[in-house]
This record gives sequence, structure tokens and C-alpha cells, in this order.
Amino acid sequence: MNESEVLWLDDHRVVSLTELVEISGLTREELLELVQGGAIPVREAQGAVYTFSAQVVGMARTACRLRDELELDMGGLAVALRLLERVRELEAELARLRALLPRDQARDR
Amino acid sequence: MKYSDYYAALGVERGASAEEIKKAYRKLAHKYHPDVSKEPEAEVRFKEIAEAYQTLKDPEKRAAYDALGQRPQGEEFRPPPDWARQHAGGNEGFSFDDVAFGDLFSRFKTARDGGFGAGGDSMPGQDFEIPAEISIEDAFNGTTLEMQLAMPEYDASGRVRRVPHKVKARIPPGAIDGQRLRLPGKGGRGFNGGRAGDLYLDIKLKPHAVYRAADHDLYVDLRLAPWEAALGASVPVQTPAGTVNLKVPPGTSSGQKLRLAGRGLPRPRDAAGDLFAVAQIVVPAQLSERERELYEGLREARTERT
Repeated sequence: MNESEVLWLDDHRVVSLTELVEISGLTREELLELVQGGAIPVREAQGAVYTFSAQVVGMARTACRLRDELELDMGGLAVALRLLERVRELEAELARLRALLPRDQARDR
Repeated sequence: MKYSDYYAALGVERGASAEEIKKAYRKLAHKYHPDVSKEPEAEVRFKEIAEAYQTLKDPEKRAAYDALGQRPQGEEFRPPPDWARQHAGGNEGFSFDDVAFGDLFSRFKTARDGGFGAGGDSMPGQDFEIPAEISIEDAFNGTTLEMQLAMPEYDASGRVRRVPHKVKARIPPGAIDGQRLRLPGKGGRGFNGGRAGDLYLDIKLKPHAVYRAADHDLYVDLRLAPWEAALGASVPVQTPAGTVNLKVPPGTSSGQKLRLAGRGLPRPRDAAGDLFAVAQIVVPAQLSERERELYEGLREARTERT
């Protein structure tokens, strides 16, 4: 059992549209629709060639699950992704604010 | 294997129409889908609902399911001997040992078409996405997780068995809450030359008795006596790399953050996060006679000044 490579899905890694199609399970057209609608952020756009931060891999995979399992159409998907991203940001903000509270106060909340 | 009551999982009658089944599934999926739900047990509930719907939405699979008869949920059972021949295209001698109930129907169509296996299409292995809870010490030092994953394997007739596989994953230092890691090829085996699936780890930090994490920064409580806060002090502070002495400047108030740069969690490519000691002034609950006099003296000194 060899230990395989571990890829950080963070801002330092760049993925192409083709890679994102392969690992997300969404089609190229679906991804482009989400990108053009602003639901999935692009890192760089050179004409029609897009690159992405690897951070969006999780988002794109979530979109694929929501498409298949909640049977959402593209409009619904775009809204869901935006709201999930908003929730993620708010939860991170909440964690930061909670971290500032002394331990006994944080526990009471 | 244990019998699952798919109609009960979706909360519909056994005679429900395809439309009713779809409606019931959608309603429950919106409530329990783990990506959007905050319900407790959402993941487990959603799996049950999805498994039930996968079978009941397909008329052929539903007929095969109905042919098993109605049994109490969770009852131990084996499909009758002629069931595999009639409904799953298998031979009668097929052993159902180690086959999960949900998998009875999952490869059903492919198996019946007989196209699975010899010369058939290749199929990529399954991706796994699993939450991995690690401690703050593990996030600081890195760690190796050993996981047991039930990976699907297919026999020549396309029937699937879940075989437990041990997977080792090295988590590098600096993985924080919400970080996703991808381990290519560590998912399920591909079929007929298909590529292996990937393993995705969703990192979550366990609550810690001392540290509170926000991104790569750590926060700790710094309990100070009133005179330490007023006069300044050198106080030992626990950090993941060991205890350090923190110089508390005179005139420190509760809630003030004292920064120990680079003493938080490491970042894979940038400078490490910081550790913040949040001052909390702790007043003694009981005062001795002398202490009371001294505090009264403080009050008088302050009154004279203003």
C-alpha cells in the first residue's frame, strides 16, 4: 500500500476547464453556464480559455451532486451554489468571531 | 442481508404512482441532502432515501423489488432461489453472501443486458468523498489517516459486492477546517481498464481544549490577574510548537489580542498563521483584608487623580 500524492485543492493550484469537467462530473456546457452566470469564479480568462483555482473543485462537485440528487436545473443550481458559498463565508466569519470569545463564553453559545 | 422497506423510507404507499414517488423523493431530498441540510443524521437519512428512489423510480427495478415481498424493515433475509434468475439475469446458484441489499438492484439492467464484462465498456472507479476529522496537533504536525472504505467490485455478470479496503492517506501539515484534499487514484478500482476513482478528504478540525482555530490562526485565552494586566508581566503561553513566554505590556485590557506571529498553523506554501492570546482579566472572588485595603487604596488614588 503506497502512499499516493496528496493534492491541495486550494488557491495555489490551477485547474483547466477540461480537468474540471473530468473531476466534477458536470458537462463542459453546464460548467460554462455556471461560470458565465457568475456562480463559479474564474481565475483567469484568456478569450474562451478559462483557468480556475482548485478551490472551486469542491463547488463543482457539489453542483454535480445537486444536479443528480436534487434534480435541479441550471438556474436552480446557480442559485444554490451562490447561497452555499454565502453560507460558507458566514460560517467562516462566525468561527473567527467565536474564536475571539473566551472559552467559557463560547461554550454557552 | 437486511431487508429495507423502500416505500416506508419515502413515506409512500406500496401502490404509489411514479409521480407520487418522485414527489415524495424530492420533498425529502430537499430536507435531507447533506450539501444543504443541517438536520441531524442528514447523511444517513439521505442515503436511505436515495437508495429507495434509485430502485423505485425504475419500473423494472421496482418490479424486482416488489417480487421480494413485503417484510419488516431490517429483517435478515435472502432473495428466494428463483429471484435472481427471474429478475437479475443471474443463475440460480448465485450466492448473495456479502451483497448489500441496495446493490441487488444497482447493476441490475447491465447484468440483464449481458454486456457487462466480456468486451464491454470500461467504467471509471467510484470517487469517494469523506469527512476527515483531525486534531489541531495533527493539523500542525501532519498525520496519516487509515480508513476502511467499502469499495465496489464487480463480478463477470456485473453484480457488485462491497469489499472493505484499507486506505492510507498522508495529511500534510497545514490542513485546516474546510480544506479539501484530493488523492488521485485512491478511490474505487476501475472496471475493464477504466481509471481508478479518486478519494476526496474534507478536513474538519476537532474542538480543542486550549486552541480555537480560525483559518490558520489560533486563539487562546490569556488569563491575567488585575496587577499583571496593569503592570505588565511575562506569562507562559501554550502553542502547538511548545510553551513560549509572552510579554504582556502594562495597561492590557480584557479582550485585547496579543499576537505571537507565525505561531499558528503552518500554511503549505506561505508563512504560518499567527497565535493570538486574548487577554481576560480574572478578579479574585475572595479578597483578604490586606488585599481589600490595597484595592481601596487604588480607588482613592484614582479619585484623587480625577
